[in-house]
Amino acid sequence: MLNLVVDGQPVQVEKGSTILQACEKMGIEVPTLCYLKHLAPEGACRICAVEVQGVKNLQFACAALCSEGMEVTTMNERIAGFRRIVIELLLANHDADCFSCPAVGSCELYKLAMDYGIEKSRFKRTKKPRPKDETSEFFNYDPAKCILCRRCVRTCNEIQSNRTLSLRDRGVRTSVSLPFGKVFKDSSCVSCGNCVSACPTGALTTKASKHYRSWELTRTRTTCPYCGVGCQMDLLVKEGKVVGVEPADGPANPGILCVKGKFAYRFIGHPDRLKTPLIRKDGVLSPASWDQALDYVAEGIKRIKEESGPQAIAGFASARATNEDNYVFMKMMRAAIGTNNVDHCARL
Amino acid sequence: MTNSISEVVDADVILVCGSNTTETHPVIGAQIRQAVNRGAKLIVADPREIPLAEEAEVFLPIRPGTNVALLNGMMNVIINEGLLDKEYVENRTEGFDELWEIVKEYTADKVGMICGIDPEDLKKAARLYATAERAPIFYAMGITQHTTGTAGVMSTANLALLCGKVGKYGCGVNPLRGQNNVQGACDMGCLPGDYTGYQKVANPEARAKFEAFWGVPLPSKPGLTITEILSGAETGDIRCLYIMGENPMVSDANLHHVEQALRRCELLIVQDIFLTETAELADVVLPAACYAEKEGTFTNTERRVQRIRAAVDAPGESREDWIILSEIMSRLGYENSFTSPREILEEIAQITPSYGGFSYDRLEKEQPQWPCPSPEHPGTPILHTAKFSRGERAIFKPSPYMPAAEQPDEHYPFILTTGRILYQYHTRTMTGKSDDINRIAGRSFVEIHPTDAAKKGIAQGDQVKVASRRGEVIVEARVTERVSEGVIFMPFHFAEAPANRLTNNVVDPISKIPEYKVCSAQVQAL
Ligand code: SF4
Ligand code: SF4
Repeated sequence: MLNLVVDGQPVQVEKGSTILQACEKMGIEVPTLCYLKHLAPEGACRICAVEVQGVKNLQFACAALCSEGMEVTTMNERIAGFRRIVIELLLANHDADCFSCPAVGSCELYKLAMDYGIEKSRFKRTKKPRPKDETSEFFNYDPAKCILCRRCVRTCNEIQSNRTLSLRDRGVRTSVSLPFGKVFKDSSCVSCGNCVSACPTGALTTKASKHYRSWELTRTRTTCPYCGVGCQMDLLVKEGKVVGVEPADGPANPGILCVKGKFAYRFIGHPDRLKTPLIRKDGVLSPASWDQALDYVAEGIKRIKEESGPQAIAGFASARATNEDNYVFMKMMRAAIGTNNVDHCARL
Repeated sequence: MTNSISEVVDADVILVCGSNTTETHPVIGAQIRQAVNRGAKLIVADPREIPLAEEAEVFLPIRPGTNVALLNGMMNVIINEGLLDKEYVENRTEGFDELWEIVKEYTADKVGMICGIDPEDLKKAARLYATAERAPIFYAMGITQHTTGTAGVMSTANLALLCGKVGKYGCGVNPLRGQNNVQGACDMGCLPGDYTGYQKVANPEARAKFEAFWGVPLPSKPGLTITEILSGAETGDIRCLYIMGENPMVSDANLHHVEQALRRCELLIVQDIFLTETAELADVVLPAACYAEKEGTFTNTERRVQRIRAAVDAPGESREDWIILSEIMSRLGYENSFTSPREILEEIAQITPSYGGFSYDRLEKEQPQWPCPSPEHPGTPILHTAKFSRGERAIFKPSPYMPAAEQPDEHYPFILTTGRILYQYHTRTMTGKSDDINRIAGRSFVEIHPTDAAKKGIAQGDQVKVASRRGEVIVEARVTERVSEGVIFMPFHFAEAPANRLTNNVVDPISKIPEYKVCSAQVQAL
């Protein structure tokens, strides 16, 4: 363990901890942009600058390691001034058309600018943005809003490990791009959307996010209903409708999802959903009340059980239903009907 | 899975056999690639050149249906070269001599012939796996969906035991379950011979316990499996079938037979969220709430129990499955005492030792893996660390290689294998409702090798007829070297051109899983 002092308060951290981790432990907020939990720290955006006593240059909290006896200051005039310049430089190359931006309300750059009292950058744009790429079925890329934090590139490479994105060209034309100048549609992109979830601004946004603002949403933590990985995720709900999904940090999923978890949510409120019970009458499935349908089922089961015994009845439970639903299904077959003829699609 | 998903990033060697992980379990696929980025070596055995094969140190493009030969061959090399974990085999296993008796026949050259691979690659794979410290095996339906599926599963376990890679961090035998809650449905006793937590119907003590707990006498005879139930429906022995949230009209092998069976059923009850192909045949359809509209738990492929929570209201009059079922039970004269999913999990925990430690309160804070017998128990990330479920020692259960039930012949010269694709899920009941997804992957296809395509006069994108002894479908041809010569691949998701009209419903004698992965077929240009 190491002992250090942050903003006058002593703290103990494990060896190998960064200054940012020490601050997190103490509940001290240090702004970050290029930092994301599952990515190797880069210290590239420089917004997390802090002062370390006895060291001349400001240190970057996300990458700098703690050492024994270290004394850290996370805020003073010098630090605030430095951060302001960092923000203004980023803003200079960011088209701040917030009124029409899908990221309004969740934009991390906007929040930083507000926190540091910056309404307009003193600097001029130095980079000429490339054209938008709206060829993905699921999301758009607007280079004019990209602040080159590389969160998307690193997420695609280090976490999703798909190596679709890279930074192209050095200097004034630097932008996030795909190999060989391809567009998303023709690239190796697997539409996981993890780069979009990683983007702190409105540069990468889902196509659906046009239709909601972050403050209109409620979030519900749940488990993906598709494959057996069991990724944790948040359903984004606006006015009683699921309008999007965001990855959570789950035991099986380090803050990422695949295309199914992230984008295949439209079935939830789909107009084709069954809304009433149906009973076949004269060959046609026709709407019925719950009482009619339940009586029909129960009477049918009773009659067949009386005539042919419980072994003439069988049930398929569901590999997609919950444990609770499956338990009750199996209990119904065994305890209420009296047969062990119960199985499910485990084999598929 | 014997081990946990997150361990894979620390592996030294990873053996992926019969799992197209980046498409079917993409977030595990991503973590396998993370491990490769960190220097782990990957061995991939699959009839298709799946995306992971591009990153493999050794890729073994085996002929469909030859897994058991491959695994026996690896064990042959490992034993011959003295690379087995002698101490582990001595202290933790039984039946090594019987294993050797069988695998000694499977020399690298012989296996190379059977599997259609280079014997040197087989040796390389065997050495890599055996000498690695942390080496998990991942497999999926590519192992299980064969008439020799059980033998395939046993053989992966044999290989791991032989090398002492069971019960250790970063190792294990890790089947990837296809659907989100297959694990949970099995755990909950939705199996003809098992109550919850694999307590056996045939065991009088277990039965007595459930009889006392539920307060009713219970049948002692294990029930029928899906395949047997469908056959029973066809002969009229099964008169009533209750299907909750499954779509056998697309997902099951030999669809023609499935349709006949369902049509013959006197009372077909289907409970689902959409009017599926199966529901269309029903006598009664009961509308159910979907996962986003209710409380509950799913158990993932690493045995971890996690919550789902209601985010929106269920549409129309649709209701939660358990409520519908309880209503029916009460009409049949059985009253349940619970009033919420929370209380159902309490009942499950009371009667199921491996789930004893789960409750909704606890799951708010942590999501342990079963076995988790008590509220204080931390859960079990790695199985068999000190003991096996049957005692101190595991038994090797070796099997000889047996060819798939159908072999290519003059009329049906191709081996058809089936599987899933990234963008769709199962029978598309859910994924098929997203237009964006359908624009990318909305139609079925058949993959065919360029040489075969040229012989048949088939070009990229042509409509072709694929036929087997059971039926035929018309799909678009994708000419690609992903499949070997003589092998064709179709995804099974699409009801419009269902691969399962072609597949063979002959089953593994023990697991009763149909041989979805191999049947003989012909392809014709239209
Ligand atoms: S969607 Fe996924 S694969 Fe595509 S660029 Fe983004 S992170 Fe990479
Ligand atoms: S997000 Fe993808 S990988 Fe994760 S559980 Fe859902 S389907 Fe599986």
